[in-house]
Amino acid sequence: MSEKFDTLASLVSGEKAIIVSFSDAELSLKLLEMGCTPGEEVELEKVAPFGDPIAINISGYVLSLRRAEAETVRIRKTIIKDIKL
Amino acid sequence: METKENIVLIHRKVALVGNPNSGKSTLFNALTGMHQKTGNFPGVTVDKKTATVKRQFEKKTFSLHYTDLPGTYSLYPKSLDEVVASRVLTESENEDKPDLVVIVADATNLKRSLFLAGQIIDFNIPCILALNMIDEAEKADFHIDKDRLSNRLGIPIVEVSARHKVGIEQLEKLICGEANEPSYRFIDVSHIAGEAQDLIKKEINPDLKDYQALHKAHRLFESNKEWREKLAAVGFSPSGAQAEESLLRYNIIGEHIKVCTGKKAERPPLNKKLDKVLTHKTWGYVFFLLIMLIIFQSIFFLAKFPMDWIQSGFGFLQTFCTQKFPPGILTDLFVNGILAGLSGVVVFIPQIALLFFFIGILEDSGYMARVTFIMDKLMRKIGLHGRSVIPLMSGMACAVPAIMSTRTISNWKERIITIMVTPLMSCSARLPVYTLLISLVIPNQIVGGIFNTQGLALMGLYLIGFVSAITAAWVISLIMKAKEKSWFIMELPVYRMPKWSNVFYTIFEKVKVFLLDAGKIIVAVAVILWMLSAYGPGEEFQKTQLGIISLKTNVPKNLAANPASSDHEKLLAKNYLADSLIWDFQYKKLVSKKLELSYAGHLGKLIEPVIHPLGFDWKIGISIITSLAAREVFVGTMSTIYGTVNLKERMKQEHDPKTGLPVYTLATGISLMLFYAFAMQCMSTIAVVRRETKSWKWPLIQFTYMGVLAYLASFIAYHILK
Repeated sequence: MSEKFDTLASLVSGEKAIIVSFSDAELSLKLLEMGCTPGEEVELEKVAPFGDPIAINISGYVLSLRRAEAETVRIRKTIIKDIKL
Repeated sequence: METKENIVLIHRKVALVGNPNSGKSTLFNALTGMHQKTGNFPGVTVDKKTATVKRQFEKKTFSLHYTDLPGTYSLYPKSLDEVVASRVLTESENEDKPDLVVIVADATNLKRSLFLAGQIIDFNIPCILALNMIDEAEKADFHIDKDRLSNRLGIPIVEVSARHKVGIEQLEKLICGEANEPSYRFIDVSHIAGEAQDLIKKEINPDLKDYQALHKAHRLFESNKEWREKLAAVGFSPSGAQAEESLLRYNIIGEHIKVCTGKKAERPPLNKKLDKVLTHKTWGYVFFLLIMLIIFQSIFFLAKFPMDWIQSGFGFLQTFCTQKFPPGILTDLFVNGILAGLSGVVVFIPQIALLFFFIGILEDSGYMARVTFIMDKLMRKIGLHGRSVIPLMSGMACAVPAIMSTRTISNWKERIITIMVTPLMSCSARLPVYTLLISLVIPNQIVGGIFNTQGLALMGLYLIGFVSAITAAWVISLIMKAKEKSWFIMELPVYRMPKWSNVFYTIFEKVKVFLLDAGKIIVAVAVILWMLSAYGPGEEFQKTQLGIISLKTNVPKNLAANPASSDHEKLLAKNYLADSLIWDFQYKKLVSKKLELSYAGHLGKLIEPVIHPLGFDWKIGISIITSLAAREVFVGTMSTIYGTVNLKERMKQEHDPKTGLPVYTLATGISLMLFYAFAMQCMSTIAVVRRETKSWKWPLIQFTYMGVLAYLASFIAYHILK
């Protein structure tokens, strides 16, 4: 593993990304069940006061998780499309 | 017995399964109405709601036994709730094993709902998929081709809206229809840990379906050492197998979604706006504090009215029974033991009902998840969960409903810690004790221009409660071992108007459970405490008892007319006044003496050497024993002991018979207040903790640690101030 990935914890509000992989086996099982599968798009919905936990938008619903938990999710950031209709 | 030939009674066990927030409980209420019963799943404190209803279809009578299983995301349990749901569904020998499962899916969240549905299908359990909240999905322009999906999944599907009671009849028709095993497999699991599956089939049961065998492998790997080695030998890795399965499932779900549904549903825009305010770093907390203030005020002040009615109602009943029933030990037991105990149980109903009214609204509206979200970081620092904040704050009104509300904390360790420290929060029953003692020993002065010393003292006591609760939580979290990992991976559901019938079902359920479960213990302890103060050893006790009885039959009578007119009548009235004053004095003296000579009195004297270092005498000792029933009983017992209603003045005059010094000094007063701040002087709380933890272990530990804290705090305070 030489390639360095961003994690879900590094997103800022409104930023989108694609889930790549997980670094914690036990947590990954729970996250997979909740629909956080590799290839799925996530958007950082909001951050709780004091910076933790965070809430993400995934497959049509909002999931909240602690920052430490988000750090186990590797992501690839996608470019934010700034198109307003 | 049914004799007509054409009528057959068919029993069917139906379980409702679904994700949390899928509207499962609303559907359960819609299907069963007022027939439901609440119990526990064997061995665990997870609510089990069941109901039996009779339905007629095609000349057949169905007796449908519904069970509402705890919300779950998967058959691989990650919390206690999920363990229960998974066991009921997958254990062949489980007593609750259903004949038919209704999978409740949130139609606006179809993807995740289908995950659990797929597992149930592959487990070969006869099932129906209920697409709940179909009206909301339609409103959001999210359309599901129900028939096509039903075809692809091989199970019947029905569209419902449990909130608006739409589609319930069609669902019932399906429930009473044929309960067939699903016709297709959702995914092909044969190649996931295939060798492990073969091993299970070979050694346990060759008839197991692939997915059943896979589950068995998971279960045995976890619970059986011998099997773990065997399964590891064929290369079985539980987490690898689970991950592979989940990925496969979401792949297939993706295809189903693509074929059977239209455009993806967007969250209602109002939702985002609400969230912006309610989880804001300032307004979020302001709003939360406001909500807590309303809840707190309601339990504290609003509940006072019905509580007063209940108390005066029981008071009336007690007087009535004393007058109408023949005097004797049985009447005494009934009036002062059982009725007093019952009154001590019923009096909690208003507080419990009010707290769960608010909690019901918070849960049902989706706001509770936001509270958890904004409080988690703060609470985690002391080993608690975001959800612990509501029980803790409610504990400032009353620990009984507060502890009952800890059920929403799914992590066992976090829940136990919350239960253990909540009674340290200063509850309303401490207030009469504090008020009496503060007015006795703290001078009423103004400091710093605006602050009243007595008010400051009261605030100090509340602060002590709060700080000690937090410190205790932190200490326990360091000592206690965790049974399971603490997660915060949870859904933030969309905001909805609370459904009132759900809220009222919750209140009804909680009140019933309290009355039936905790009520028994409370009445039993009340009777024991009554016995301690109604009986005593030795002849002197008997003499006093007889003295009271003879005095009672000799109440002075007013012979004068009202108003007294002649001189003679005025004399009679004057005599009467004097006689009744003497009578009253003698009566109170005897009652006080009786208490001193009773078993409670002896106990008080027995513990005097132990409590003497805290500055307490045997009179306080008696009050500590009787107020085990409830803290406020302290004030009543002290009045009985001193035989006066003007307790404060009487206590001021109290001097130590040996040293001649006043008893209620600043040191004793503070020491006594600290004792009541820390000690677990409340049998109702003990009863509720026992019910909520399913063992006497936790209430015992709690009683002990709080007692030790109380003793130490009082001891230190007394010796510093003396």
